[in-house]
Amino acid sequence: MDWKRYSFIALVIIVLFGTVVLVGMEAEPPILIISSMIATTIAVATPLTLGALSGVFCERAGVVNIGIEGMLLASAFFGWLASIYMNTIFGFGATPSLIVGVLAAILSGGLFALLHAVLSITFKVDQIIGGTVINILAIGMTGFLNRQLFFSKTSIFGGNVPHAPGVLPLLDLPVENWANSLCNTINASEACTMNATAFGNIFEQKPIAISAILLVFISNYVLFNTRWGLRMRAVGEHPKAADTVGINVVRTRYLNVVIGGLIAGLGGAYFTLESVPSFEPLMTNGRGFISLAAMIFGNWTPVGAWAASLVFGASQALQINLQFFRDLIPPQWAFFQNSYSVGQIPYLLTMIIMTGIIGKTTPPAADGQPYEK
Amino acid sequence: MSQSQSKKSELVSKLTDTLLVPTLAIVTAIVLGGIIIAFVGGNPFAAYAGLLEGAFGSLKGISETAVWSTPYIFAGLAVALAFKGGLFNIGGEGQLALGATTSAWVGYALPDLLGVELPMVIHLPLAILTGMAVGFLWGAIPGALKAYTGAHEVINTIMMNYIALNIVSYLMNGPFKDKNPLNVIARTPLIAESARIPPLFDGLRVHWGFILALAMAYGVWWLLWKTNLGFEIRTVGANPEAAKYAGINVKKIMTLSLGLSGMLAGLAGTVEVTALNYRHELGFSQGYGFDAIAIALLGKNHPLGVVLAAILFAAMRNGATRMQFLTQIPVDIISVVQALILLFVAADAIVRYLYRIKQSDEKVVLTRGWGG
Amino acid sequence: MENQTNFVLEARGITKQFPGVLANDHVDFDLKPGEVHALLGENGAGKSTLMNVLYGLYQPNEGQISVNGAPINFTSPKEAIESGIGMVHQHFMLIPVFSVTENIMLGSETDHQKKPNPSPLAKLERQIVANLVRDLSKKYNLSIDPNAIVGELPVGVQQRVEIVKALYRKASILILDEPTAVLTPQEADDLFVIINELKKQGVSIIFITHKLKEVLAIADRITVMRGGKVVGHTTPAKSNEQQLAEMMVGREVILTVDKEPAQPKEDILVVQGLYVSDQRELESVKNISFSVRSGEILGIAGVQGNGQTELAEALTGLRKPDKGKATLAGFEISNAVPRNITDKGLAHIPEDRQKHGLVLSYTVADNLVLCDYYKMPYSKKGILQQQAIDNNARKLIDDFDIRTPSPYVAASKLSGGNQQKVIVARELSREVKLVIANQPTRGLDVGSIEYIHKQIVSMRDSGTAVLLISAELDEIMALSDRIAVMYHGHIVTIVNREGVSKEQLGLWMAGVKPE
Repeated sequence: MDWKRYSFIALVIIVLFGTVVLVGMEAEPPILIISSMIATTIAVATPLTLGALSGVFCERAGVVNIGIEGMLLASAFFGWLASIYMNTIFGFGATPSLIVGVLAAILSGGLFALLHAVLSITFKVDQIIGGTVINILAIGMTGFLNRQLFFSKTSIFGGNVPHAPGVLPLLDLPVENWANSLCNTINASEACTMNATAFGNIFEQKPIAISAILLVFISNYVLFNTRWGLRMRAVGEHPKAADTVGINVVRTRYLNVVIGGLIAGLGGAYFTLESVPSFEPLMTNGRGFISLAAMIFGNWTPVGAWAASLVFGASQALQINLQFFRDLIPPQWAFFQNSYSVGQIPYLLTMIIMTGIIGKTTPPAADGQPYEK
Repeated sequence: MSQSQSKKSELVSKLTDTLLVPTLAIVTAIVLGGIIIAFVGGNPFAAYAGLLEGAFGSLKGISETAVWSTPYIFAGLAVALAFKGGLFNIGGEGQLALGATTSAWVGYALPDLLGVELPMVIHLPLAILTGMAVGFLWGAIPGALKAYTGAHEVINTIMMNYIALNIVSYLMNGPFKDKNPLNVIARTPLIAESARIPPLFDGLRVHWGFILALAMAYGVWWLLWKTNLGFEIRTVGANPEAAKYAGINVKKIMTLSLGLSGMLAGLAGTVEVTALNYRHELGFSQGYGFDAIAIALLGKNHPLGVVLAAILFAAMRNGATRMQFLTQIPVDIISVVQALILLFVAADAIVRYLYRIKQSDEKVVLTRGWGG
Repeated sequence: MENQTNFVLEARGITKQFPGVLANDHVDFDLKPGEVHALLGENGAGKSTLMNVLYGLYQPNEGQISVNGAPINFTSPKEAIESGIGMVHQHFMLIPVFSVTENIMLGSETDHQKKPNPSPLAKLERQIVANLVRDLSKKYNLSIDPNAIVGELPVGVQQRVEIVKALYRKASILILDEPTAVLTPQEADDLFVIINELKKQGVSIIFITHKLKEVLAIADRITVMRGGKVVGHTTPAKSNEQQLAEMMVGREVILTVDKEPAQPKEDILVVQGLYVSDQRELESVKNISFSVRSGEILGIAGVQGNGQTELAEALTGLRKPDKGKATLAGFEISNAVPRNITDKGLAHIPEDRQKHGLVLSYTVADNLVLCDYYKMPYSKKGILQQQAIDNNARKLIDDFDIRTPSPYVAASKLSGGNQQKVIVARELSREVKLVIANQPTRGLDVGSIEYIHKQIVSMRDSGTAVLLISAELDEIMALSDRIAVMYHGHIVTIVNREGVSKEQLGLWMAGVKPE
């Protein structure tokens, strides 16, 4: 990524963080506000990061996937459903149910991706139409099943939404303690303790959020330093060339699209198993499409996509944190209190980024072209 | 091969593409839907019978089907026109919602604002044109962005959807809300009589908007195949490089194509407001966007096909209520069947594979497996 | 037939059927150790198909192949590679964004290790392989930089990378598919030196081409294919260009174009100091000035990629030049839109007929009015006049002998030659002052080539100015009255056709400046 893009990211981050700090300064010390923003950003960027990573795997292998939104939605639903089944019907405890839910979500993502792969690779359907079909199928299925299972008297749940087993817990990393002990060795003071708390806040994250970050670095390594990555990228750039050295183009594409689906499945799990313990139809709210913009902005690299996702996450975090400080917003800015205005920022940001004004991006050369022998 | 022979096989292959394959897609989806119905414990035959009865079994039923198909025709035309221009308009929902909201405002607020009673011959066209203009704008923006910056319209039209819905949500809950103390819903007040499209017959809901929709379908056909502008739109859609070489201003045409598409979607919302509900209510427009895509693809992006596909979808939606009443099978099954129809139409290769129909490139049209 | 000779490669009775076309019809082919065996034929004769079968990209419907006496049945290129067969394709099978080393490693990432790591997650040892590549290239005298990014390398060097790629995989049989299509005559000579070096080191080579002169220069044996069949075997000693051409085409072929001397009049196209940048904003055309007069053909010679594409685009309104000026009969075209330039009398036969010249899904009739649809009589007040369009189609199909079942057939159904005829018919039936023909006969059969050459000469004879851009030096030499040579965006020189030799042109095309 070039300086233009980095400076844009820096600028947006400064503006977003700056706004919250300015508003909340009266109530809390800036350092705590900033660390809270960072923590929230990392958390809400999770589905975006995973969606973008999913896109990177699919597209680097040459398959355009705009069905990420549908995959997120479907896996959010099925993961949630599985956890409820485990908890309510089979009587397992909360944590094992949630884990099963996550696994079910990942699997759903993989299955939808498999469908997309079949449509795009074997049947050579126009990939954007195919992705739209995935989205429509996901909306239809989740809407139908949601109504059938939870609002219909004849279903196994008797028409009530059962109590969900909650959400995944924060990981108890001893970062704050470590920072505090660091403080004690250097210069024990109230300021240092506060900084330690702030630092610790950042690392109060849940499992899927942490997994997302780990996956970024794992993907980066795989993509650029292993045989798998070399072959996959070759297939996305010049499939005929890959074919002539004996690489199975169709198989490579299938595998990578399904991997992308599994990753998207994990992203879907975030919504109903880590963020809130319930399912709402259409709850993904466009985040699958925003991940695509993040992937493009990050130039189809895992780290770039992650950076872009963090920017979008920050704009969402802005909205959340402003809610927290709503009483402190001066009346003339009251308009920005509600979600209609601040909530637009991620979408407007996406559009600005898409114009490419921030720099040119290079997709994989054979992206979106079905392979004909 | 002689001229007449090749012409014949051209015709047969064309018919296969435009009629046979979509019909088989629908049939397959219906059969699959029936299997799902059986799976959740219902009787597929009773279900489909109820569906047909609801859609066409009575005068009222037919009228309702026509009512439902009106916005589908406009929205389907919108997507089809954009496709013909090589662009994918997923933003129909936002364009529709904004069209509906703004024309509703013209309908209820303008007379008060101006302080005069407006005659229908001015008020109604004004309301309709407002919806069309706003829809046009909402489509032209992503169109221009694509033309002049290369930003892909799929993402931008979707973003504009969310922005539009946010705006409409704000307006419906705020300045445009029906201030009547008995009202708690996010909706506008009723529009004035002078801004309403009259019904076709007394006692039935079907209205002149339906006729307008049919006229618009003819208009789109005429535009695309009989005019220079249509030629330019189709050429840009088929091969933008050749269009440039042929002297066509590709950027202008792209912007215009999406603008016209948005205009048609806006019209869908406008007609619903001025002909049916006489107000706009938050949330009523959900789902039209994706349905429109299915209708356009099913209709092979041709205005006549769009009309037929729209009527089919409308019949399904309309008949579903009767089906649920008679058989207790929830209406949502329709969404699944429609998603399946879309799946098979989009992936017509699947249908061809299932029924052993050759790919359209070939001269050999029907093989033995299908009684050719 | 020779017996008891050990062939390194033998193919007997190869038959390959595609839907609608029998690409290979019981073809026999063999290769002796250390020889160069040329496979000669027109576009579409079946040469590439045969090679793709030998390389495992296609499976034959019938026939046997054996390598060093052992029968084999390749189901993929991987197996062919393992048997020692390497292929350098006409359109390089290289990944432009990868480095030379990565391209060479692809598919054989860990083969250099003593115990090759089979895991998909095996680490890429770029440095080690780079060193191996360096050693290999030194051994065969093919200098390449392992760390260079392939997309940034000149075409001749890319070809060397392809050869090293095959040698890295221990190829003892090398198939070269139209290797000189993208080379200057100098680079082609360099290639022949490399081929001789490879022969010395025991590599056997199959050389596929349609260029008669090359075959006579480099081959030990020649096999000619036509229409999917083998139609003749010979050697350079026993043959000549005329004979080979007739075998290729199946009838007597006129290799030169008959034309009267030119009668040029006033300047029609005047180009002054033109600078044009390409897609990536690199300067492709640098300070070009020339003029073309009415009644003459100016041929621009040069290997593809020296700025011709950008020059043609700038003169036809498809690209804005950075600096400089071009005028057509006094009207400035360097900043005009295509439509205006066409109105002033330009006919443009584009380089890529399927990309720019036609809308494949449109009917022949619609394609014939692609540039004029908005004018009378084809449209009145913005409405298309179908009758006028149909009449026009019928007339042009007749006049230009376009072979099509009907005017309403989609252009995609026509052969390459007839597609080009549609474009030629459309462009040349207008009132034209200037014709810009860019690679007008690329990929066409001999019959179509002859036809289009005739059209170009007849335009010139009726007073039109013709700017001919072609990478086929023979075409330039056959048609041009004057020749300009382009190299790296500059015009090296402009000379009269008379008295200029191919060797001289070759030197200029390689950038050597005239004294």
